[in-house]
Amino acid sequence: MFVLFEHPRLRGGIHAEEHKSGTSGKPIASGLPLPKKLYIPVQQHVGKAAEPVVKVGDPVLKGQLLAHSQGTISAPVHAPSSGTILDVLDYPAPHPSALPIRTIVIETDGLDRWSELSVPDDPFALDPEEICLRVGAAGVVGLGGAVFPSAVKLGLGRKNKIHTLLINGGECEPFLTCDDRLMQERAGHIVAGIRLMLRGMDAPDALVGIEDNKPEAFGAMLKACLPFPHIRVEQVPTRYPMGWDRQMLRYLTGWEIPADGRATDIGVVIHNVATAYAVYRAVCLGQPLISRIVTVAGDTVGNAQNVEVLLGTLIAEVLAYCKVEPKRVARLIMGGPMMGDVLPRADVPVVKACGGILALSAEQLHEADVKPCIRCSSCVSACPAGLLPLEMASRIRANQLDAAVDLGLKDCISCGSCSYVCPSNIPLVHYFKYASGELYKRQQMEHKSAQTKRLVEDRNRRLEKIRLEAEAEAQRVAEARAARARQNAAGGQAQQAAVAGENA
Amino acid sequence: MSTKPVSGPHVAAAHNIDGIMRKVIIALLPAAGFGVLIFGWPALYLAVVTVASAVLFEAFCLKIKGAEALPYLCDGSAILTGLLVAMTLPPWAPWWIGVVGSGIAIVLGKQVYGGLGQNLFNPAMLARVALLISFPIEMTAWVNVSPPLTGPGPTDSFSITFSGAAPADGMTGATTLGAVKTGFTQNQTLPRLLDDYSGFLALIGWERGSLGETSTLLLLLGGLWLLRQGIIQWMIPVSLLGTVACLALAFHLIDSQQYLGPWVHLNSGALMLVAFFIATDYVTSPNTPLGQLLFGAGCGGLIFVIRTFGSYPEGTGFAVLLMNAATPLIDHYIRPRIYGRYRNGKPIDISHP
Repeated sequence: MFVLFEHPRLRGGIHAEEHKSGTSGKPIASGLPLPKKLYIPVQQHVGKAAEPVVKVGDPVLKGQLLAHSQGTISAPVHAPSSGTILDVLDYPAPHPSALPIRTIVIETDGLDRWSELSVPDDPFALDPEEICLRVGAAGVVGLGGAVFPSAVKLGLGRKNKIHTLLINGGECEPFLTCDDRLMQERAGHIVAGIRLMLRGMDAPDALVGIEDNKPEAFGAMLKACLPFPHIRVEQVPTRYPMGWDRQMLRYLTGWEIPADGRATDIGVVIHNVATAYAVYRAVCLGQPLISRIVTVAGDTVGNAQNVEVLLGTLIAEVLAYCKVEPKRVARLIMGGPMMGDVLPRADVPVVKACGGILALSAEQLHEADVKPCIRCSSCVSACPAGLLPLEMASRIRANQLDAAVDLGLKDCISCGSCSYVCPSNIPLVHYFKYASGELYKRQQMEHKSAQTKRLVEDRNRRLEKIRLEAEAEAQRVAEARAARARQNAAGGQAQQAAVAGENA
Repeated sequence: MSTKPVSGPHVAAAHNIDGIMRKVIIALLPAAGFGVLIFGWPALYLAVVTVASAVLFEAFCLKIKGAEALPYLCDGSAILTGLLVAMTLPPWAPWWIGVVGSGIAIVLGKQVYGGLGQNLFNPAMLARVALLISFPIEMTAWVNVSPPLTGPGPTDSFSITFSGAAPADGMTGATTLGAVKTGFTQNQTLPRLLDDYSGFLALIGWERGSLGETSTLLLLLGGLWLLRQGIIQWMIPVSLLGTVACLALAFHLIDSQQYLGPWVHLNSGALMLVAFFIATDYVTSPNTPLGQLLFGAGCGGLIFVIRTFGSYPEGTGFAVLLMNAATPLIDHYIRPRIYGRYRNGKPIDISHP
């Protein structure tokens, strides 16, 4: 067939200022001092929260299970270092609300002693099921930000006849370079993780996509993949949101995932490079997921770099290690500047989802007044999903949420490209998130009222039944009484007759 | 530290309304300046009066509305509207034409709809059409090229603009399109009508016409600069000019005695101004690339039809207004394809690959 372009045309997207050069050239720092206390939330993943298996006062070793997973979609958490369980309490979560969630606090003993690890002789000879089990037990979740339990995804893959594993090395968010550094420094381990995932899903081929602003990472991965022809490494253009898995898949293969389906429906599973690395550590070294690489950047950071951080370390300690000037910080962000969450306080722990900590000054934030929409349609050209952000926002402003849903609100991926380009500084993503939340609330309300209605109907039915039973009972009693009365009457007559007969 | 629950993105492109308006004004200035250069002082007075009254009308409306006026005045949209109105007026029109034009554009064309971003019709084109219908004499007095050095001086010009001293008969004539239209009614044919027409002078703008519409070249350069700056997209100008050129070429090939060729069409009247600066108006044009192509083609087709078969020599104003009215319809039916869905909104079916 005649092919005009090698790749499908990229839709939407933006060229944001990268801010990556400050951290992409520096090696991953591992010198962060061991914190005195570690705060480990039992919910660091999508799905059900893990259930603590330790008690206050218990001694724990590094890598020991702290809380085991609950139900099918869940992940366990482990002790990042050795010490004693100080408390199990509700502690503010690293979330914009900073609402408290169940958190296990460890007082470290400074010895950092590992628990006994089970290391297989030949990890690549393990059964696929065994690989999935080990990945699940190690608490590995999607480290690209979605934190979906990886073992569940691998299990889905095994059931769905996967032909391609796509490894997302896009890292399209500005500032973030944690995946970039990981690929530069530990490409071999990532490739081992990819091979394990392939085996875990019985899938034949893997494809790694890396944005072309990371030539060193691309080179390292290419070299590490040389002995494995079934793992292909490809460059993709640098254009946010290239790391949107569906966008990358479409660009590299031309396949499009249906709006109502998953990647597995078309025989693809997509994982992040950092997840592949975590799988390597879980299976080959037997180490659970207890640390991750975090990019610390922003113009208030004196020593911007990537740091290997134990999960549960307070963000404030990481900031101090990177010489952040707390007075200049106008906004603290967990994640990238496009989709990251604002953190209202710094004394919250680093969790599995935390790929970056940005401390931005007021100058870097670029906050301007919101002006009216001039319908310039920059947002339409920027939207990678093919939506009409300006129309959706105007519907939401008028509280016509259903009309916004008709325009595709549910297909919005909240990538923020529209807000980024808006010349009027309209917080479009904020509108969409509000609308989605409101719709969810309404759905809950409907659900609740349906439930209430059902309960009331049940009760009425019950009452009706009781009433009918009572009536039946009353009737039965009445009938019985009547019968008795008749009997009595009949008996009386007989007696009278007898008396009469005697008299006669 | 901020604790406001704000959603991402936390960075933004350095790109704002003020900058966009400023760039459009800059792109218009060469053509407007050229108009002043060839039509002399009265053109300058008219332009100043029109722009100033546009700003005053805007301030007045904002005051009535109770909005804080300064930030809106500073965004430059009123100045831009005033400038566009001025550029479509006959250069020696009396001052009140400019004021009425600005009033229609700002008050009726923009503020009654709710202000910036809310209007259905392009304000400048609304003003042009309303003036043309209401004051046909003033709006079709096309003065000869008369640069400041050879034309009336600053003081004489003052009386031309402000006390309604009509230009002498010998000073005015018809525009190319007007002359052709009149000629046809007198059963003349084209080659004769275009005897004194020079394609080159029309290209640089040395001819009778509206204040800022004569120079095809400068408007084209300004438009191309806007394209390069990313302020406008190519869809509307290309489809508009392409449609006019194709239709003109087709008819010209069929009968070169009756129909003007594409070169004359592209070089005449308000076509370049409309293609790059009016039809591309964000507010009144469709949102999607395909919609914009349709919109441009619709404008081009209507312009050609009105010019060729209508009773007005120039039809850009009417064409743009008609297509503005069609924009909500276009936007309703033409939407981008959503990822993972067909154009009709149904999710992609993977059972039949």
